[in-house]
Amino acid sequence: MKFRTFAAFVAPSILMMLLFIAFPLVSVLKQSFYLTQPVYEMVEVETCTPGFLTQTCVTETKAQPQLDEFGKIVTTTTFVGLQSYQNVLEFGRVKAAWAKRSWSEFQTIDFWKALRFTLTFTFITLPLILGMGLGIALVINNATRALRGPVIFLSLLPMIITPVIGALSIRWLFIGDGILTAGLEWWLERDIAMFAQAWTLELMMMFYRVWHVAPFAAIIFYAGLQTVNQDSLESAVIDGASRWQRLRYVIVPHLMPLIVFVTLIHLMDAYRVFEEVVGFSSQAHVISLQWLTYDFLVPDQAGNRSVSRASASAMLTMIGIVILLVPVLRRTWRDHRGGH
Amino acid sequence: MSQPRALRQPALLRISSAAFLAFWCLVAAFPIFWITVMSFKAPVDAFDANPFNVIFGPETRARGKGLSTLDILAGLTLFYATWRIAIGPLPRAVREWSPGGQVWIGWIIGALVTGLAFVVVLFGVLPPVMDLLNGIAGPLGRDVIGLTTEHYHTVWIERGFTRNFQNSLLVTTGVVTISLTFGTLAGYGLARSGSSLAFWILIIALIFRALPHAVLVAGYLPVFINSAEILRPILGDAAPTLYGKPAATIAVLVAINQPFTIWMLRSFFQNIPADLDEAARVDGCSHFQAFRRVIMPVMWPGVITTGLFSFLLAYNDFLVTSLLLDAQNQTMVPAIAGMFNMETTTTDQVVAVAAAVSITAPLFLLVMIFQRQIVSGLTAGAVKG
Repeated sequence: MKFRTFAAFVAPSILMMLLFIAFPLVSVLKQSFYLTQPVYEMVEVETCTPGFLTQTCVTETKAQPQLDEFGKIVTTTTFVGLQSYQNVLEFGRVKAAWAKRSWSEFQTIDFWKALRFTLTFTFITLPLILGMGLGIALVINNATRALRGPVIFLSLLPMIITPVIGALSIRWLFIGDGILTAGLEWWLERDIAMFAQAWTLELMMMFYRVWHVAPFAAIIFYAGLQTVNQDSLESAVIDGASRWQRLRYVIVPHLMPLIVFVTLIHLMDAYRVFEEVVGFSSQAHVISLQWLTYDFLVPDQAGNRSVSRASASAMLTMIGIVILLVPVLRRTWRDHRGGH
Repeated sequence: MSQPRALRQPALLRISSAAFLAFWCLVAAFPIFWITVMSFKAPVDAFDANPFNVIFGPETRARGKGLSTLDILAGLTLFYATWRIAIGPLPRAVREWSPGGQVWIGWIIGALVTGLAFVVVLFGVLPPVMDLLNGIAGPLGRDVIGLTTEHYHTVWIERGFTRNFQNSLLVTTGVVTISLTFGTLAGYGLARSGSSLAFWILIIALIFRALPHAVLVAGYLPVFINSAEILRPILGDAAPTLYGKPAATIAVLVAINQPFTIWMLRSFFQNIPADLDEAARVDGCSHFQAFRRVIMPVMWPGVITTGLFSFLLAYNDFLVTSLLLDAQNQTMVPAIAGMFNMETTTTDQVVAVAAAVSITAPLFLLVMIFQRQIVSGLTAGAVKG
């Protein structure tokens, strides 16, 4: 295919990605160094309340946003350098916590709290998802043919359900005296409040994520299991390999590329953990990196969005993604070079 | 097919395998099944600690809303009859009546007619008939399961969920159409070009796929809010404020979706032998003609599968739509977040549950119809790496 035809085919898609992905990235980078604020002016306001004989009047100086001739708020944009990053990372408080060697104080700082949760979440769910996925794939493969269709149908449900709704459906099982909390209380014979402390919330969030992603892993591994070489399995049997050894030395190596693929996708997605925080309304106890950026972007009570802080936290989140992806990209690059 | 003896499994292994399978099916389906049950009950029953009270709903029954044994039998018969029609006479009628080569139109019309008839019978014909029958049937006519549809009424009619539904429809249709148009072109180009440039485009797309969406939205928001001023020098007074407009959100979702779409479509295109376009080229087609007249007709399965995943992304999105759309144009998923944030009473909570079930129902239908396409889509990207 000539370059011109190739370019013509690819152009609309590339243009879309440049305009709505690459360009916003550059603009986020720029925003993170600038601060846009409304210009305030000091006005003297006299407020009077009716009183007996004379009115009681109080004069006070108030800061009010300045309006231009169209009635819009005037804003200024100033270069603040790394100030927004400093506001997000809060090194002052980090140092104070370090001086006291206090982990709990360190964990009161939003960014570090979010980072801690995001990383724990990502790396605890990963092995669970791979394990559950492989387990489900093996038992589906073991089931009679007539059962496989309905089982795959049921397995797809948690995967395609809207993430916020999925998290909510788990939340409603536990909230207040929901049936699962009631069941746990009856079993452990003690009072349980699942939404009152961080670790139970984190447990539910991880349960939700495994429930949501394990079917994806299972279906991919199930497809891989269909292509396992029967001859090598049989020769393993002849060599006296036990069932476990066959799984360990024949089946898992065969599935290895798929395991790498699922790992890659899961790392990308789990690092973006966000819907769980919304679904479980856990922001008072547990927050994630993407939720932090989202929270800066949501207008506060005065209607202001802290865009520059959001940009700084977004750029810091990006650094994490790059670190996660570098090993994968290096491998792909080597494969590509080797392939030619 | 008889298995070799050495591969036959001991009973214990077979039993534990079946047990694990049953356990997984229960875990997978239970939360969804349970919120569906909850959404039909009075608030006291829905959040009862005793599961049997949730299922049978004594409080709901006490209010005179319930189903008798006879009702349940009639309902099951209706479901069974619809199912039989859907797998027997319907496909036959579609094949007979639809114009040649346009079977899909026939399917859409057939599905709509069947669905409409089902709804009319379930809500229009059955209730009065069953009222009459329950009156004369004695013990069989007594309510056994409490069931009420009032929460759905609240969600769809009083809370204006219909408008959110229309917005969701608009956004998803836009996203699916545009991302498939751009995606098929790019996917074809990338599949047929072995150049280094194509490789780099794919890698950059992979990096873009990993970006947290909040990062991108942080880039759009200030621009979209001030777009009227930014665009005024170019477009004059017609310059629109992009914030809150469905069109802008569609463009954003298409772009976010694009990396995934081109990866998936490319792997489907690679399955189609390149000889096919070469034959078309020899016969005098240009590249674009070969693409349109020869490749696309055999690409439909791949396009449908990718379309499904684009649909899911647009339909399930919370972050982008909640930040970029104003209240007027809000889609269903962010709207429900608003519902459970203001919840104070259990009634509000059950209303939110009913909304959640309403959002899930179309997805459930989707999996029922397109199960095979979804599975093939998941494995297409993975197995070939």
